[in-house]
Amino acid sequence: MALLEIKNLHVATEDGTEIVRDLDLTVNSNEVHAMMGPNGSGKSTLAYALMGHPAYEITDGDILIDGESILELGADERAQRGLFLAFQYPHAVPGVTVASFLRTAVNAQRKAANGGEDDPVKIPEFRKQLTASMEQLKVPKEMAGRYLNDGFSGGEKKRVEILQMAMLSPRIAVLDETDSGLDIDALRIVAGGVRGLVGPEMGALVITHYQRILNYIKPDFVHVFVDGRIVREGGPELAEQLEADGYEAFIPEPVGGES
Amino acid sequence: MATSETQVVAGIGNDYKFGFHDAENYFFKSGRGLSREIVEAISAHKDEPQWMRDFRLKSLEYFEARPMPSWGGDLSGIDFENIYYYIKPTENQAKSWEDLPPDIKQTWDRLGIPEAERKFLAGVGAQYESEVVYHKLQADLEAKGVLFLDMDSGLREHEELVRQYFGTIIPQNDNKFAALNSAVWSGGSFIYVPPGVSIEMPLQAYFRINAENMGQFERTLIIVDEGAYVHYVEGCTAPIYTTDSLHSAVVEIIVKPGGRCRYTTIQNWSNNVYNLVTKRAVAYENATMEWVDGNLGSKQTMKYPAIWLMGEGAHGEVLSIAFAGNGQHQDAGGKAVHVAPNTTSVITSKSISKDGGRSSYRGLLEVAKGAHGARSKVVCDALILDEESRTDTYPYIRIDENDVDIGHEATVSKIGEEQLFYLMSRGLSEAEAAAMIVSGFVEPITKELPLEYAVELNRLIQLQMEGSVG
Repeated sequence: MALLEIKNLHVATEDGTEIVRDLDLTVNSNEVHAMMGPNGSGKSTLAYALMGHPAYEITDGDILIDGESILELGADERAQRGLFLAFQYPHAVPGVTVASFLRTAVNAQRKAANGGEDDPVKIPEFRKQLTASMEQLKVPKEMAGRYLNDGFSGGEKKRVEILQMAMLSPRIAVLDETDSGLDIDALRIVAGGVRGLVGPEMGALVITHYQRILNYIKPDFVHVFVDGRIVREGGPELAEQLEADGYEAFIPEPVGGES
Repeated sequence: MATSETQVVAGIGNDYKFGFHDAENYFFKSGRGLSREIVEAISAHKDEPQWMRDFRLKSLEYFEARPMPSWGGDLSGIDFENIYYYIKPTENQAKSWEDLPPDIKQTWDRLGIPEAERKFLAGVGAQYESEVVYHKLQADLEAKGVLFLDMDSGLREHEELVRQYFGTIIPQNDNKFAALNSAVWSGGSFIYVPPGVSIEMPLQAYFRINAENMGQFERTLIIVDEGAYVHYVEGCTAPIYTTDSLHSAVVEIIVKPGGRCRYTTIQNWSNNVYNLVTKRAVAYENATMEWVDGNLGSKQTMKYPAIWLMGEGAHGEVLSIAFAGNGQHQDAGGKAVHVAPNTTSVITSKSISKDGGRSSYRGLLEVAKGAHGARSKVVCDALILDEESRTDTYPYIRIDENDVDIGHEATVSKIGEEQLFYLMSRGLSEAEAAAMIVSGFVEPITKELPLEYAVELNRLIQLQMEGSVG
């Protein structure tokens, strides 16, 4: 049974505009999929729709985790099933420290995993795990005491997104343009962090405009996403071809050559 | 699909935890209504000196002569004739919790007061209806000359000190409700901290209304002598009844040169209590006065803790949180009056309105002629959780001096769908996410509280945000 299965997915905005059309994709653990597309192709809409953002409507198709549809689930329940979205633009929560937020999130997921009964993580255990993850991702210690994303630089936000991913141990990670706003050193660390988590317990879907991040997170599969649909699929070599030729070469000819 | 924000906040505040009440086995309960006879009976019951009896009767005249305030909240629901003005629950004050009648002791246990006393308080006063039924101060503080008594005992045992200050900071005719309190006051705290004595752990008073249509009128007087420090904390709850109760306190504080007083309130009355309180402090040279004022409960609160900065270099702070839910109006804020040069003040107000509740910031900043070099900053932030709720700001500013530095900022925000979605994507339920945003919003105030109270305040907020889904 596939871990994440997207079948014939159609996504529209509240005003009825269709953004994603007829998308099929399967992601298993141990796999890194790259979804590459130009600006405005609907990549972020896909990411939001997977996570259950209320502003996007699934007009047709299905999303399944372990063979079960998650369409009726809220974002919190999707997270509890193991789905994680690293946001392109993470939101600030003033007054709530990174550490306190992470502990609340970890406990919320532990509670769900424990059949709705509280099962809080022991504080020393939590601290140890947080310190280890922060060291690995080269997140400075004092970030734990800062208010979540409040006044963070673009790079700090992205690192803290990956820190959240490390702490929450999801089974499917969707990374929405995590490479944007990162310098080369930060990119290497973040990509290393993601790659280190992919394994028998986790698969990843890396959404990006550029091939750059893929140099560090070697994808197993590459999907070219243009105008709300996948127009080409292949192995890592496809990303390189895309970098050389640009997206122009992948924009399909209008059917019948008319209009 | 996720529930909407409206569903999440619907019903917040409907699960008040302290709404239980005890059977009434009282030592003495006055009849309903207010009259000269009732005031005389209260004074006689307390065996007061003549001057206090006269003070009460004069105050009653002021109360009767004054019209109801036409500003602030809607007070038309108060029926002065239907209220019990004096209830004495026990004959004597207890020095040990065990000496209280079992149901009253059980109430304090449910509120966690004896446990808090054991853990982190230097002294406790517990007022039930009109009288302080339990009172205790740590022996080492007593030995240092600290006085911490209920106001009635204070008057009996330290009459001259009380007479010197009582009614000097808030005159008996200051406003209609201060006049009412001056006429029928009972209970409250009397505190004197001798020069140079710093009380490290807080002193706490807890106020409990139990009977229906009760009027509670405690009176507190705190004198912090030169270079001394005290942190006084008050908490309050009441049962839920279909008809209303009235709580109208007067709190007067004197902070002498170099002294510091912090007064923290966690007001959590049930939603049938009118809470109309006058609080005022004077701070002399280089003294510091801080009001930390948390208003979560009540039907209508009108309360604006004030600081008069009387001596050069005095500093005043008001940190105010108001949480207005269904059927509640929190009209709260703060006042800073700069009388002396080089005085500083900060007023920070945070309000949350949900489920049709209304919160208003009402504040006064005044700088008198000659108070040169005065600096003041007022910050009001309002958070509105749904379309039905409301927030207003009424900042009054009067400056009669040119050489001053005054700042005023106000913001109004809503919990955004995007912010909720972000937190929910990490596994938090919608209610947990909203509670987290609210806790963060009030964090500038909770971080000023001792840990135990910060935890308590966050827990109360959590409680008001929970049980609201579905």
